[in-house]
Amino acid sequence: MIDHWIGHHHSGGDSVVSRLPAGLKLGMGLVIIVGTVLAPPGAMGWYVAMAVVLAASVILGRMPVWFLLKRLAWLSPFVLGVAVVNAFQPGARGSWQTVAVKSTICLLTVILMSNTTPFSRVLRVLRAVRVPGLLITTMALMHRYLFVLVEEAERMRRARASRTFTRPRRFRWHLSSTVVGQLFVRASERAERIYDAMCARGWK
Amino acid sequence: MHIPDGFIDGKTAAATVLLSAAGVGLAMRQVRLRLPARRVPLLGLAAAFLFAAQMVNFPVAGGTSGHLMGGVLAAALLGPSAAVAVLTTVLIVQCFLFADGGVLALGANVFNMAIVGGAGGYAIYCGVRRWLPGTRGQVAAVAFAGWCSTVLAAVCCAGQLAWSGTVGWPVAFTAMTSVHMVIGAGEGLISALVLLAIQRARPELANELGGAEPPRRGDELVRYGLLAALGLALFVAPFACPWPDGLESVAARLGFEHSAAPPAVPAPAADYQAPGVRWAVGATALAGAAGTVVVFGLAWLLARLLVPKPDEKAHPAKP
Repeated sequence: MIDHWIGHHHSGGDSVVSRLPAGLKLGMGLVIIVGTVLAPPGAMGWYVAMAVVLAASVILGRMPVWFLLKRLAWLSPFVLGVAVVNAFQPGARGSWQTVAVKSTICLLTVILMSNTTPFSRVLRVLRAVRVPGLLITTMALMHRYLFVLVEEAERMRRARASRTFTRPRRFRWHLSSTVVGQLFVRASERAERIYDAMCARGWK
Repeated sequence: MHIPDGFIDGKTAAATVLLSAAGVGLAMRQVRLRLPARRVPLLGLAAAFLFAAQMVNFPVAGGTSGHLMGGVLAAALLGPSAAVAVLTTVLIVQCFLFADGGVLALGANVFNMAIVGGAGGYAIYCGVRRWLPGTRGQVAAVAFAGWCSTVLAAVCCAGQLAWSGTVGWPVAFTAMTSVHMVIGAGEGLISALVLLAIQRARPELANELGGAEPPRRGDELVRYGLLAALGLALFVAPFACPWPDGLESVAARLGFEHSAAPPAVPAPAADYQAPGVRWAVGATALAGAAGTVVVFGLAWLLARLLVPKPDEKAHPAKP
């Protein structure tokens, strides 16, 4: 699972789509998503048009199709859940298909956007549209230390696994929660060090 | 519980975005007023911590595993406003970086998981802590509030899905609530265990930020409470009335019974016709109410079991 989260990003390299300005891409993505969500259930024309636009950007962005399909499958449990729920309802099948089409188009849009735009560019766009600075600082720090902490958790898990011969069932939750607790302790210690480093470099 | 795009319609998205924007704005203001500059990096690190903590697996029977969601834990460690900021950040990054949760549904997700789950859970946590002091009280409060916040967020999510006409209220409410009553038990247990682990490793971390008697948190919580109540009134109250006739008569009296837009889902929202479905909604609500009492008892027992008596801790093994 950790490999999945870390290795999920396809570094698209240099392509037409990844060279577009981030603001334009985000704006277009937003237009596609808003249009798709607001489109009436029968608007086949819109869905087909969006499918063509998305397919074009997949080809222009040189995204591997298999990678996209895997991402879609990973993200669709909610869609499946609603499908199961809808199976208990008579006469809801039509609306379920609409929902599935809509959510697939929106998911593909976001996956394409996030894999062709570096997150720092997204943050720059968000700053330009006046998102509060504190929120942006928090997002930037989170993005920077996300993978550091995920790796740290993985290291702790490995260290524990190499030291525990047999793990009795009832202790497993206890061990996992110790790892999580220790992770928080380390994260807050790291935050202190980061603050000192920021001050040393003349922050504020 | 991340709602993808396409599951909620325009009006629900607009309403949830407005409510969440108000909540996040309030949180930002409070954080700027109260949080010392020293703690600003901690927000980002806490967000990264929550994300990494969600990767740690807790094995459940049969090869499946669960993980921490951490709304109440974050609130208990950082205080409600910082927790809303942190949880919102996590949701935004999950949405834009990992496509987990929709862009237009971001408002709904922030409302359910950050405002109702985080700040609402913190209100429950505070309420329990007033009754049960000490470390034992803290552990019991986190366990109980973890369960409550998960179930409340699920109820809100069901309300939003039903309001959008994606799934009928009876089915959405029954499915979401019953599943999350089970998930919430795990969430409460994990939150309590993690808090206890932090309490053991660095007691001052668990107490200093949000755990120790919070000064003047009342007005802050009242504002979040108002927001959450407004959301519940919008999303859940129209469906939750146990006597649909009463609701319909009110609608008729106000004269918008027939002016309402035709529902996207034809069958279930039209009327509570199927007796089985209606029974299931009542049973789920009843189970939720009974579950609250049972879970509170369990949380208290858990705290008694996990935390040694304060006296023993103060005076270890006499010679």
